[in-house]
Amino acid sequence: MPASTSGTATTADATNGAATTGDDLGEHREHSTVELDRVVIRFAGDSGDGMQLTGSQFTTVSSLFGNDTATLPDFPAEIRAPAGTLAGVSAFQVHISDHDILTPGDAPNVLVAMNPAALKANVAAVPSGGTVIVNVDSFDERSLEKAGYAANPLADGSLSSLRVYEVPMTSLTLEVCKEAGVKPRDAERSKNFFALGLVTWLYSRPVDPTIEWIAKRFADKPQVLDANSRAYKAGYHFGETAELFESNYQVRPAALAPGTYTDVTGNTALAWGLIAAARLAGLPLFLGSYPITPASDILHELSKQKHFGVRTLQAEDEIAGIGAALGAAFGGSLGVTTTSGPGLDLKSETIGLAVNLELPLLVVDIQRGGPSTGLPTKTEQSDLLHAMYGRHGEAPVPVVAPGRPSQCFEVAIEAARIALAYRTPVIILSDGYLANGSEPWRLPDVEALPDIHVDFATEPNHEGPEGDPEFWPYLRDPETLARPWAVPGTPGLEHRIGGLEKADGSGSVAYDPANHERMVHLRAEKIARVAASIPPVEVDDPAGLGGAPLLVLGWGSTYGAIAAGVRRVRARGLQVAHLHLVHLNPFPPNLGEVLRAYRLLLVPEANLGQLARLVRAEYLVDARPLSKVQGVPFKAAEIENAVLAMLGEEGEEVESR
Amino acid sequence: MTVLADHKSTNGSAGPAQTGAIPVTTRKDWTSDQEVRWCPGCGDYSILAAVQMLLPELGVRREDTVFISGIGCAARFPYYMSTYGMHSIHGRAAAIATGLAVTRPDLDVWVVSGDGDALSIGGNHLIHALRRNVDLTILLFNNQIYGLTKGQYSPTSEQGKVTKSTPFGSLESPFNPVSLALGAEATFVARTHDMDRKHMMETFRRAHEHKGASLVEVYQNCNVFNDGAFERVTGRDVRADKLIPLRHGEPIRFGAEGEHCVVLEPDGRLRVAEVAEVGEDAILVHDESREDPGLAFQLSRLARGPFEPTPIGVFRCVERSEYGEAMAAQVEAAEERKGHGDLGELLRSGGTWEVPG
Ligand code: SF4
Repeated sequence: MPASTSGTATTADATNGAATTGDDLGEHREHSTVELDRVVIRFAGDSGDGMQLTGSQFTTVSSLFGNDTATLPDFPAEIRAPAGTLAGVSAFQVHISDHDILTPGDAPNVLVAMNPAALKANVAAVPSGGTVIVNVDSFDERSLEKAGYAANPLADGSLSSLRVYEVPMTSLTLEVCKEAGVKPRDAERSKNFFALGLVTWLYSRPVDPTIEWIAKRFADKPQVLDANSRAYKAGYHFGETAELFESNYQVRPAALAPGTYTDVTGNTALAWGLIAAARLAGLPLFLGSYPITPASDILHELSKQKHFGVRTLQAEDEIAGIGAALGAAFGGSLGVTTTSGPGLDLKSETIGLAVNLELPLLVVDIQRGGPSTGLPTKTEQSDLLHAMYGRHGEAPVPVVAPGRPSQCFEVAIEAARIALAYRTPVIILSDGYLANGSEPWRLPDVEALPDIHVDFATEPNHEGPEGDPEFWPYLRDPETLARPWAVPGTPGLEHRIGGLEKADGSGSVAYDPANHERMVHLRAEKIARVAASIPPVEVDDPAGLGGAPLLVLGWGSTYGAIAAGVRRVRARGLQVAHLHLVHLNPFPPNLGEVLRAYRLLLVPEANLGQLARLVRAEYLVDARPLSKVQGVPFKAAEIENAVLAMLGEEGEEVESR
Repeated sequence: MTVLADHKSTNGSAGPAQTGAIPVTTRKDWTSDQEVRWCPGCGDYSILAAVQMLLPELGVRREDTVFISGIGCAARFPYYMSTYGMHSIHGRAAAIATGLAVTRPDLDVWVVSGDGDALSIGGNHLIHALRRNVDLTILLFNNQIYGLTKGQYSPTSEQGKVTKSTPFGSLESPFNPVSLALGAEATFVARTHDMDRKHMMETFRRAHEHKGASLVEVYQNCNVFNDGAFERVTGRDVRADKLIPLRHGEPIRFGAEGEHCVVLEPDGRLRVAEVAEVGEDAILVHDESREDPGLAFQLSRLARGPFEPTPIGVFRCVERSEYGEAMAAQVEAAEERKGHGDLGELLRSGGTWEVPG
């Protein structure tokens, strides 16, 4: 991966490339513009300062401009922790690039800190030589004290290795808003738009999209609209006219594959995937869900899309959410429930019921730090074994996991395909990082999405002792072992199902030991047969299968960090392979063969080695876990270093850095 | 090949809609081939018979009828009906039935539950189904005991009850299911008992007719673990003096000659009185359709337990927007406003840009 901010300096007008047409922004000073291949910016402030909004708008504009982008929102669990404290700091990191990127960046090149607490919480992440832009107005004694600074860091030389720009954001914002007659208290809240304007200039972003967005977003609050838009323009002007910055920067559009792109978060992509899945299946979509961080946005998004025939029920609790989804599935809907770890605990019993009923059901778990309430707003991958085994009895359930935000769309469809074809609950494991992180997504051709339609049973399928037609709800398809799905309203197929063990075939209540054993095996075999419908995995190994000495095996949101880390190792002239799993239960049919083709196997996970444990158990391979459970994603450098260390230890030639 | 099937989302119906005349049926048509396995003499038998005898009279189709239950003796009910059915998990029947009812408004969804299932482990689902007014007919078999687990006290057992888990007597105050349902904003609340098939059938019929959630508490004798719990009010010899039949629009009186009655005292309390003493004009006239549930609530508190004169019949029956219908209306309105959802448009709704080839 190329080094970061050391770009080639070219002289160009500030209006070059990212030209602005905002007519009151027409006056430009001459600045040099430095070309960068990529930059990582972190916006940090109080949780009331609107940093998430600022960051995501900057991302949108950059995406529209043609950059590749990747984001990492990072916010506290408390809605409004005491203002000015470290606990209340909210940050949004965005990586913009002129080539395809895989992660939100290991370290920010630029930190925008709106107050001392934001500086204190984030400055350690900025490498020496990096840029820090602070709102100097907020560095008063009280705020410094609240952030736990004994001395003003702007004055005591502690930031000497960084390029620090002190900008009076609050007072400049107040000034421009005063002219418009906005009350100081309201005006003060627009200072994040000043910061956005300044960074817009600094990175030569187009101005108009944000002006338009402000107009639309605050259309019903004209005063706020006016204040925000003034603050934004003032920030832009300040960059241009103040003598502070000697140059600004340009990150050219990335050469992405041709197509129509949108910026999408994992949760939005997942919600859209569910809507698409219902369409492709020809079934109405029903969501039963209880609000929980970081899954609630799926409930919000689906609740908006009623014109797709989507029904959403905000249930009284997690159990009711899945119960209602299962009831809807019994009636012939695509039943979905969404949750995060603590909710998955509560849903376990109903998932077991769905296993026994053999009805299709989607369970979405947006993983977060655990155990218990844990770290509600931080990411983790520690529910894998829970998804695999977290039920009493032998209750196998297919498990799938997206690796990037946009992939949530296709994984939702794939989960629905499995659930419908095999009449089984399926667990989708996303996580906090994928859920809130965004990336540009090349839109798929909706006409080319797979057909996942299945037929309901309409006719009796068995003959009674006197040759009379009967319906046996547990007669299976010989290939998939799926049982017929006969929905209420179908005459002649009336039947009762339940949580008690069924007689093989007839589905009557049966306590016979041999029958129970047969049914346990049948349910296990049915899930195992899902593997036959999964395409074989293809390993990313430029030297061909087994060519590299080491394979990095991952699943879920580690995709970006692993892929980027692997690129770095290869840039050193070393060989390393990468395989990223979407299907975690059952595993793809050729997985054992692929894993055994490598001498070394490294499994990075945001848990204590759950996938490593599974592949060891399944394939008797020497999988070495690489763990990180800090609530934040892996950095590419961490993967790179782990690969180098493992190669070195194992006697491979590794040049030292 | 892609099938962007255009299901008719507004009716939410995944199932086949039946047309044509509703076939004439008998009790036998509604009876499954499963052997009924309740204890001999259990009150559940007469409730099952009442339901099976009522259904042919309701003008409904077998295939459109669904019984959903949780866990407990009562929860075996669906197995004995030749309809669609689900014997689910403990306490969750109301939640599961909610999902079915709101996505399939064409179905008749019944919930069969017991006092432990509906009021203990499933209490939360029950109150919310009532509050939302989901179109469910909920039969709550109250036997004031845990039968299937062999005799522990339940949330409706009287205080002081000696059971296997309370050898020194239970310490808890019981729920009054009718009071609880009224407090949970239920739009239809009734009580009946397993000794009177005609009253059961009439009450179930009313519950079924009601649009929205209807709750019927059925006093049910568990002759194995709590025999005679309701004997002092439902016994044939005492019934006339101990059961107060509620009839909409009629003065509330009871007794073999109608000699007892219920009066509303000037201080706002209800009291059982003798007609001869208070006079006909003083008798409270039952109005199940009162918007204010206050009087219905007071009626539910008239007896401290099933040993004092106890009202049976419909306590409350009012109209309020039904949840599934309201949900369907929102879907329909959205489709009218925005047109039937277009997937391609949805994916482009967040703003797009083109990368040229
Ligand atoms: S235990 Fe009681 S309630 Fe259960 S079946 Fe026997 S008599 Fe009926």
